[in-house]
Amino acid sequence: MDATSIDIENVTVAYHGKVALHSASLQLKAGTICGLVGMNGAGKSTLFKAIMGFVKPASGRILINGLSIRRVQKSNLVAYVPQSEEVDWNFPVSVHDVVMMGRYGYMNLLRIPRSLDKQAVREGLERVGMWQMRDRQIGELSGGQKKRTFFARALAQQGTVLLLDEPFAGVDIKTEKMMIDLLMELRQAGHTILISTHDLASITTFCDQVVLINRSILAYGDTSEVFTEENLSRTFGGSVGDFSSAKSRLTQTNLNQGQEEQ
Amino acid sequence: MDLVQWFAAPLQHEFMVKAIFVSALVGVVCSALSCYMTLKGWALMGDAVSHAVLPGVVLAYILNIPFAIGAFVFGVGSVIAIGFIKSNTRIKEDTVIGLVFTGFFAFGVVLISKTTSTVDLSHILFGNVLGISDSDIIQTVVISIITLVTLAILRKDLVLFCFDSTHAQSIGINIGFLYYVLLSLLSLTAVAGLQTVGIILVVAMLVTPGATAYLLSDRFDQMVWIAMASGVFSSVMGTYISYHIDGSTGGCIVVLQTLLFLVAMIFAPKHGLLAQRSKMQSNLTTEELHK
Repeated sequence: MDATSIDIENVTVAYHGKVALHSASLQLKAGTICGLVGMNGAGKSTLFKAIMGFVKPASGRILINGLSIRRVQKSNLVAYVPQSEEVDWNFPVSVHDVVMMGRYGYMNLLRIPRSLDKQAVREGLERVGMWQMRDRQIGELSGGQKKRTFFARALAQQGTVLLLDEPFAGVDIKTEKMMIDLLMELRQAGHTILISTHDLASITTFCDQVVLINRSILAYGDTSEVFTEENLSRTFGGSVGDFSSAKSRLTQTNLNQGQEEQ
Repeated sequence: MDLVQWFAAPLQHEFMVKAIFVSALVGVVCSALSCYMTLKGWALMGDAVSHAVLPGVVLAYILNIPFAIGAFVFGVGSVIAIGFIKSNTRIKEDTVIGLVFTGFFAFGVVLISKTTSTVDLSHILFGNVLGISDSDIIQTVVISIITLVTLAILRKDLVLFCFDSTHAQSIGINIGFLYYVLLSLLSLTAVAGLQTVGIILVVAMLVTPGATAYLLSDRFDQMVWIAMASGVFSSVMGTYISYHIDGSTGGCIVVLQTLLFLVAMIFAPKHGLLAQRSKMQSNLTTEELHK
């Protein structure tokens, strides 16, 4: 598990001459859950796009599990769970259809699923508790169910690197807890998970690594060392927001449950 | 009038048999493609490309090569021009689309006006399926086969491209290729549709059946079948009606399509206006019960 999974070296990305990410370097080991923290426009989605190969860095180099991005794409290594706002929920596809899309990279030109693909889809759906809902059109789902559907797609894809964009926005606590448990399991299995989030409080509960980003990578490493108020104020340009006062919704529920038991 | 007679009488004319065959075929092909146009949000693009093919059609006529080739070149050319202007100026996309396709179209109009009188502008603008030549029928058949086969092979990739191009790209699917495939099919079907309903109304063939089916189904495959059924029905019935009332064929076809859409809009079981209204009312009643 000591192998470097995400290896970013001196990567600069520019759109139409404007630099979005400046000489970013980052090494993440396999088997980590890493929180990606930064303001809107700090370069979080640019970093995701670079890892998925949607933008070509002006300079620098990205390797995933030692492979170039082109080969990473061909081997379905990186799975991406989009923000809910990016999805057209009225699109005429079922939950099952969406999860099956995670398997397209393994199929032939006609994308005819084999039994292996069907099994992976079923497993993915069962792990997020959505197998019963498989025939629903995706617009009929609740916020949490929508998220779990796309999470199931990432599971079915069986990539070893998982990118999640604001996974807990607009999601019920049951889903959040289920997803965090699943992420922990995946970490055990040696997957690398990179989560972009605004929810600072949740980071300390399950991220073992943190990346702070503001047009470049300011700091990264163990959460206990990097996630300091000083570093955060550099990331957010002085305003840490509600970090010190906010508690994770999860810790709050745990507390409440504890009180009820007493 | 006897109903059997109503359907049988026109079939005594060879030109009517051809017209019904061609318009049905065009109905199938355009309707299949219209599902992708609707879901991708490409209605305006469809309008643009179908107009922009005009100079290509005229030049192809002058050079005596198949219309489809000229249309293809100018259809794809217009989209490349749109993309170039959009990314290199500060003009917004809908403005760029508007100015590029009218520019292409106007160029075509000038070309026609300076060509010998054999190219009839009104036939291109409004279609002339009742007078369609055998070579045009062959061309329509070839375009239809190419389009339907391509859609059948790439169906799942194209659906994914419309639904979630980010994911498609992340698993190594070449979305640039799919973009140009869809665009090329759009140019080709614009030519096929041009024969039947004419350049001005072809966008209806490429949008309306898909929109109707979208209101009637939550499954993509089902949506395609519904779209094709409504497209064929409108094409065949429209051709019949135009014969009996001695009116514009293209006009009749598109009016029928629009009527079908309106019926779906009002009566669709789940997404129709009536269904939504009753759903809203039942929600209100349950809320009142909870009070």
